Amino acid sequence: MKSNVTPMPIPGKPADPDTGTLKGFLRFLAQELKPRGKVLTPFNVVTGIIILVGIAIIAVRFARGLGAVTNLSQEYPWGIWIGFDVVTGVAFAGGAYILTFAVHILKVKKYEPIVRATVLNGFLAYVFYSGALLLDLGRPWNVVNPIIGNAFGYGSVLFLVAWHFLLYTLVLFVEISPAIADWLKWVKAKRIIQKVTTATIIVGVTLSTLHQAGLGGLFLTAPSKIHPLWYSSNIPVLFFISSMFAGFSMIIIESMFTHRIFSDRLDEAHRASHNKILLGLAKGSASVMAAYLFLKVIDLTHGHQLGLLLTPMGYWYLLEVAGFTLLPLVLYVVAIREQSTRLVQWTAILTAIGVILNRLNISVIAFKWYEAVRYYPSWMEIWVTLAVISMELWVFRWVITRMPIIGAPPDFTAEGGTLNNLDDAEVVRWKVSSRWKVSSSWKVSAS
Amino acid sequence: MTISRRNFLKVAGAAGGILLAGGAKSARTAQTPQTSSGGVEFNGMLIDTTKCIGCRACEEACNEENKLPKPTVSFSAESVFEEKRETTPDAYVVVNRFPNGKNPDKPVFVRRQCMHCTEPSCASACLCKAMEKMPEGPTVYHKDRCMGCRYCMISCPFDIPKFEYNSPSPFVKKCIGCYDRVARGEQPACAEACPEGATLFGKRRDLIEEARKRIYQNPDRYHPRIYGEHEVGGTGYMYLSAVPFRTIGFRIDLGTKHYPELTSGFLSAVPLVDILWPAVLFGFNYLISDREEEGGKESGDEE
Repeated sequence: MKSNVTPMPIPGKPADPDTGTLKGFLRFLAQELKPRGKVLTPFNVVTGIIILVGIAIIAVRFARGLGAVTNLSQEYPWGIWIGFDVVTGVAFAGGAYILTFAVHILKVKKYEPIVRATVLNGFLAYVFYSGALLLDLGRPWNVVNPIIGNAFGYGSVLFLVAWHFLLYTLVLFVEISPAIADWLKWVKAKRIIQKVTTATIIVGVTLSTLHQAGLGGLFLTAPSKIHPLWYSSNIPVLFFISSMFAGFSMIIIESMFTHRIFSDRLDEAHRASHNKILLGLAKGSASVMAAYLFLKVIDLTHGHQLGLLLTPMGYWYLLEVAGFTLLPLVLYVVAIREQSTRLVQWTAILTAIGVILNRLNISVIAFKWYEAVRYYPSWMEIWVTLAVISMELWVFRWVITRMPIIGAPPDFTAEGGTLNNLDDAEVVRWKVSSRWKVSSSWKVSAS
Repeated sequence: MTISRRNFLKVAGAAGGILLAGGAKSARTAQTPQTSSGGVEFNGMLIDTTKCIGCRACEEACNEENKLPKPTVSFSAESVFEEKRETTPDAYVVVNRFPNGKNPDKPVFVRRQCMHCTEPSCASACLCKAMEKMPEGPTVYHKDRCMGCRYCMISCPFDIPKFEYNSPSPFVKKCIGCYDRVARGEQPACAEACPEGATLFGKRRDLIEEARKRIYQNPDRYHPRIYGEHEVGGTGYMYLSAVPFRTIGFRIDLGTKHYPELTSGFLSAVPLVDILWPAVLFGFNYLISDREEEGGKESGDEE
């Protein structure tokens, strides 16, 4: 038993496709890859067109260079593919590390029902953002250089970010793999994964801390290029702290949509607990935002930048900090007092806008604010960004409709692995939703 | 939950792995890049803008030496001075003309190229060491290592590295201080080509002496400052001017700290976090697990 270090698949129930053998696995996969439900929905058509055109733009980008599709210039080497897709996207993926920390390290059981969806969200975000990063690299085939070690740039913040980014993506994969094991009915593999859960999550929190901070740390090398209201030696800390409330707000927003779209997968108990969860997230968010604003004020006063507030860039800064950080903080407090989950959801959207503004300000808008000719993204840059998001949504939906992600996961809570066989897991799943009974027989689809 | 021997080893192993990784990193970050104080005498260049006549012989020589494409406007055309030029992927050095505040009849010509900083920001920014400060002085570019992330361009305080946006296989292009020539003991092509002696190549220390001597001996001719002596911790290529540097296109707000120092504080915290964070978190986890085991049965779950 203990010699099984690598996950070893064992067959599920004989009636199902035997995912333990290669042939059975492939047959199962082929069956699962088929679309379910109506194909020509408005959402599918719109995102499908976005993705197709996006792929064409990407082809042009690789055939003719970055200049053919982007507005990047010698003055602005980084545009929205870095500033939005990577720098902003990673902040929003922060929900995964805070939530796994709360549930598995601090054992706050309340948030268990949303852990899997959040981790899935984080994992896909990382996969797609690193994908978007490859589009932006001039020589993406050399991306392995700092990994395979023919040239380790130890003194580079980007080196730190790249390594932590890569490792954390792997960690997120391990964190989401119990859902994959459930889906494939690889019971033994799941048991092995669960044994390393705590260690994985601790490594994940550590990696996240550093690379969320590191993304901010990247901009430390541009003190003369970033507007003094945004440049601060505290950028790494500010990025880390704001990644927490970015993550919280993303969890709230994501659950708004998944609960509406996949409501048939949820039972009443889950719905009731969800209100409590939202208010809890609001509390967490509010306290972190208060700390963040405190640091911002210290930066502002210590840097003697108060005079700059009365300039056009100052108004823009105030809009970000007061309008989209302080105001949401106040609204969160109100929502908590009124117990209003609706207000929590609206506030989460405001908070998310604030985070987007902050990341874009540091990486694009307040970067070289003094240049006569400013950078604006080309329509193709925006289009490709939308295509990346659309692809992510497709994969997210595919996973959610096939793996046990939303609702109470079968035996994620079991500390000592009480659910050792598939039947128990099935029972729990059946309890969670009657629809699960249908989909957990794996062959029946709603097509 | 009791800690079995196996569990403990597992945890210890994970923590140890992180520790090792962190330790290796810290050992490297503690090692600052080569500094002039570290015994290495960098070569550099002293550019005396009071002697420059704007003939652009340096541009032409650079173009030939680095086998760059010929410019559309010839090197003898004065029309290029009508607007301020930046270096490009095809021009590593460009001469600009500025009005002279002291003497309107004699415009100031200033060449612009890589400053070859003593501790270059680009080299410390690069995650695959494509930019490297050589012991001879030049900051060179290893094209085979570069992944085209353009972080060097973000980090360079002088905005010198330029990117080939219109190539499917682009490189970063900049003056590499004629490294091959310098390694052979020759001076860079631009310095050799200068007919006015406006560019002086030599050891950085000697150049600073020479620059000071010129300022002391001709206080009327020179603005009393050597640009690059202290800027961003010192640059290899330094300038003398008759007028304040601010008026001839130089940034004077860059500070005297070398740029790698901007991130060294953060980077030195990395191994600490890598080691301490998991330890603290494992501690938390054990504490809470124990508490749960004792209290969980009587009082039930917290929620």
